[in-house]
Amino acid sequence: MSASATWADALQALALFAIDPVGLGGISLRAGAGPVRDHWMTLLKEALEAGKPLRRLPLNVADERLLGGLDLAATLEAGKPIAQKGLLAEADGGVVILAMAERIEPGVAGRLCSVLDEGVVTLQRDGLSRTLPTRFGVVALDEGVTEDERPPAALLDRLAFHVDLTDVSVRDVDDPAWTERTLEAARALYRQAYANASARLAVTIDAGSSSTIKAGEGPVSTVMAGEGPPSTPLVELAPSLTVSLPQGVDGGPSPAMTKGTAPTPSSITGTAPTPSSIAGTAPTRSSIEGMAPLPDSTERTAPLPTAMEGAPPPHSAVVEADATAWASVCTAVGNDDDPDPCPIPTAPNDPAEALCGAAFALGIDSIRAPLFALRAARAVAALDGRTDITDADLGTAGRLVFLSRATCFPPPPQDEQEPEPPPPEDQPPPDDEEVVIPDQPLADVVLDAVAAALPADLLAKLMEQDGRGQARATGRAGQTKLSTKRGRPIGTRQGEPKNGNRLHLLETLKCAAPWQVLRRRSAGDRPPRFEVRRDDFRIIRFRQRIGTTTIFTVDASGSSAMQRLGEAKGAVELLLADCYVRRDQVALIAFRGMGAQILLPPTGSLTRAKRSLAGLPGGGPTPLAAAIDAAAALADQVKRTGRTPVVAFLTDGRANIGRDGSGGRPKAEAEALAAGRALRATGIATLFIDTSPRPNPFARKLADEMHAQYVPLPYADPTALSRAVRAAAA
Amino acid sequence: MTARPVFPFAAIVGQDDMKLAMLIAAVDQGIGGVLAFGDRGTGKSTTVRALAALLPPMKAIAGCRYHCDPTTPDAWCAECHEKGKGKAVTVPVPVVDLPLGATEDRVVGALDLERALTGQKVFEPGLLARANRGFLYIDEVNLLEDHLVDLLLDVAASGENVVEREGLSIRHPAKFVLIGSGNPEEGDLRPQLIDRFGLSVEVRTPTDLPTRIEVIRRRDAFERDPVPFLDHWHKAQDKLRRKIVTGRGRLPNVSVADEALEHAARLCMALGTDGLRGELTLIRAARALAALDGDDAVTDAHLRRVSCMVLGHRLRRNPLDEAVASTRVTRAVEEVLGA
Repeated sequence: MSASATWADALQALALFAIDPVGLGGISLRAGAGPVRDHWMTLLKEALEAGKPLRRLPLNVADERLLGGLDLAATLEAGKPIAQKGLLAEADGGVVILAMAERIEPGVAGRLCSVLDEGVVTLQRDGLSRTLPTRFGVVALDEGVTEDERPPAALLDRLAFHVDLTDVSVRDVDDPAWTERTLEAARALYRQAYANASARLAVTIDAGSSSTIKAGEGPVSTVMAGEGPPSTPLVELAPSLTVSLPQGVDGGPSPAMTKGTAPTPSSITGTAPTPSSIAGTAPTRSSIEGMAPLPDSTERTAPLPTAMEGAPPPHSAVVEADATAWASVCTAVGNDDDPDPCPIPTAPNDPAEALCGAAFALGIDSIRAPLFALRAARAVAALDGRTDITDADLGTAGRLVFLSRATCFPPPPQDEQEPEPPPPEDQPPPDDEEVVIPDQPLADVVLDAVAAALPADLLAKLMEQDGRGQARATGRAGQTKLSTKRGRPIGTRQGEPKNGNRLHLLETLKCAAPWQVLRRRSAGDRPPRFEVRRDDFRIIRFRQRIGTTTIFTVDASGSSAMQRLGEAKGAVELLLADCYVRRDQVALIAFRGMGAQILLPPTGSLTRAKRSLAGLPGGGPTPLAAAIDAAAALADQVKRTGRTPVVAFLTDGRANIGRDGSGGRPKAEAEALAAGRALRATGIATLFIDTSPRPNPFARKLADEMHAQYVPLPYADPTALSRAVRAAAA
Repeated sequence: MTARPVFPFAAIVGQDDMKLAMLIAAVDQGIGGVLAFGDRGTGKSTTVRALAALLPPMKAIAGCRYHCDPTTPDAWCAECHEKGKGKAVTVPVPVVDLPLGATEDRVVGALDLERALTGQKVFEPGLLARANRGFLYIDEVNLLEDHLVDLLLDVAASGENVVEREGLSIRHPAKFVLIGSGNPEEGDLRPQLIDRFGLSVEVRTPTDLPTRIEVIRRRDAFERDPVPFLDHWHKAQDKLRRKIVTGRGRLPNVSVADEALEHAARLCMALGTDGLRGELTLIRAARALAALDGDDAVTDAHLRRVSCMVLGHRLRRNPLDEAVASTRVTRAVEEVLGA
């Protein structure tokens, strides 16, 4: 994808996000600070609905500021608890901008995610108990450079669009096709689709109102009236996904028509509740009164569909579609007297089906992705001035939402008959109204749109990334450790300032402050002016990066391979098990032929280590010096991340090729010794395991030069080897 | 006073294990908590929220801050003991959310700040008090501060919360079902913590297309217009609720034959689970399932269905065995109970 196409997509994502920041969750924007990002941000600010809050969330924000807490000064002054709103509650209806999102603490991300999911900030802090509703979109500014520097996956999953502007330069930047006015119009159109979404359920019981629904009453659900490809059997679209037009505007099929063609539940299962049966069962009074929720909002209570604000509910054909699937749910929860699960009705060219199918083909697990894509498709349509979703909308939405999430390459299209591939490179996204080849199944349309935008090297990248998400996350979790002594301060907790714990004076005083009146009262005649008790002590907590990364440097050269590469592999596997127990990371370097190669960058994933080890071929000369250099470089890198590297060499020490690729044992050995000395200078714990059949004097010498622990391994004894590594790491 | 609509439990597609575990915990609250660990975006939180809306209401003493059960005077709080049995009212079963970032004073309870400012000492119960006789839900339990997790587990095990503040000593009942959810990719849970949950379910993204489509359809319908959606599922919800109620009534009468006990023991031995807790929970869960199903006795079929969620997290981990815990349990079940 060219840079200008990337920019066009970024603008498109921006516009869609601006239409529904809350529903689409947000955008992660991967770009360094610079004019391109600034321009994008300026456009975003213009595009967002005016008057809505925009809050910038600093990195590692404290809970007090993020969620809210007690406003101590105001509290003491007023003589009653005064709560202070946090950033997230302040951002209600607007957008939260996350600076340096790739470095956000998992804890902060977790809080953010739960607020995004719930739509409320549940404040349980400093003696306060509040529930503050807040809905906002997130813009995560990701300044990461390497593959590993990414915002937490949990957060990314909740953001519809992931935009990467790293390769876009100022030259590629042009102005958007939309204006504030078109966005405003699109917003209005889009909201029609979700007109009833914000219905709050009234808890007060109103005897007069009924929540019965009768087929055919209320606003009519119509289907893509008169638009779209003619061959598409329009009415068969899943009723639940049709767009509700306001009453009186529709010129589409009557409800009877919709009902007639949609699969009726009764025809599929005899016990599934039909709309008519529902119409007869308004919730009974008694059952409602029995469980009327307490007004306490932090406790989740049953919201009752009793009375609604506003008009009687429109009949939505959702009822029918869902009734059919009920039987399967019954069996799922172990209800045996229900009939067999009936097949879930599928309508051809259903947008949900198309998006799910595409997501599935691209190996996207999260169910949020197709949901976002569906919303995005509606927004694309709205941006184009329509309320119905066309195939092109789905394609665009799929491309924007799925592309960055794809974990496998879609299979190549089976039919060659496709004359011109659907909009590849420079697609002007918002204006593209053309409907794609009508005969093609919808899922393929979406898939093609995504595939067309896939960069050529994606496959390679994906292979490389395989399992990385998991590995990285596990590694990161193992890396840090809470400590009360050293590391980066991450907050305070109650505790006593002994055993080296450090007292946080300000927090302690803040904790003591509200209780002073009480304490003075109980202190007797001469109360102290300010009394601090043991309960008030707050100590600082630190997060400390610890942990070991064991770098296995395995000789896969011919001499070694002949002898005992297999045994070395077995030994490493045993060591891996050990590393697993200690939650260590491992890295794997193999050397043979012309040089050393990092087979596995530091990871906590044992399975991956095992896999890459198993696939290690043997043969070729022994570039020992290059191997030592590579190990030293990697160890240095590990050290800089705050972990402790341990290097384990598994080789027979028969160096026979120099750094420059020239043969000759003496030169190779001299170079190896020099490299060994350099390694020694770094002070990294090293283990040298001699895998030659008889202990090799040169290996011994080299080990000494490295200041490594030398373990001759004349006969394979993996357990001894494992013990040796444990000793070296201790 | 308005409430945000909650996605109905009955309308949740798939995730049978998680739903079953929740229902078992609803029938037998002494099961020891449920841990739901798994992929992102699989509806873990949705299920717990939905459970809150599903649970049948309970009787409690009017005005009691710990909603003591009028029928069990042994478990009453100090205030109820003092006042004697008050009027009984029907209240919803509390499902209390423990948000990340909660401070300890709000979890265990502390002095009422407002009153303290005017010089009065009044205990303000915390989340543990609110969760008494109900459920305490921690989303992202793996991100919760260690000291809070320890505290919760202690209280959950003892069923009592003790608070000492400002010269005040309060002791109140705090019996709750701990529900934890999380995603292992964001950090593992300490192994000693995992064992202490009675049931543990692994939540996976549904892999078949029709299920996924149905999930999207329902979710979309719900998001766009929740009211008719809820109306539609009302009946199914009621049915499920009745099932829980009858299950609870049936629970004490479900018999466990020696054969079932033996099978449970052999299953645990085959898997080498430590201690007896696994066997006890296995029987208990199987019994709750039998009650839920309307059966009078625990059979192998019940054991089979609960074995993974009871034993999966109690296995000794062998790092090089790539087989998932559930596969190992299934293998053992096939060996002991026959395929």
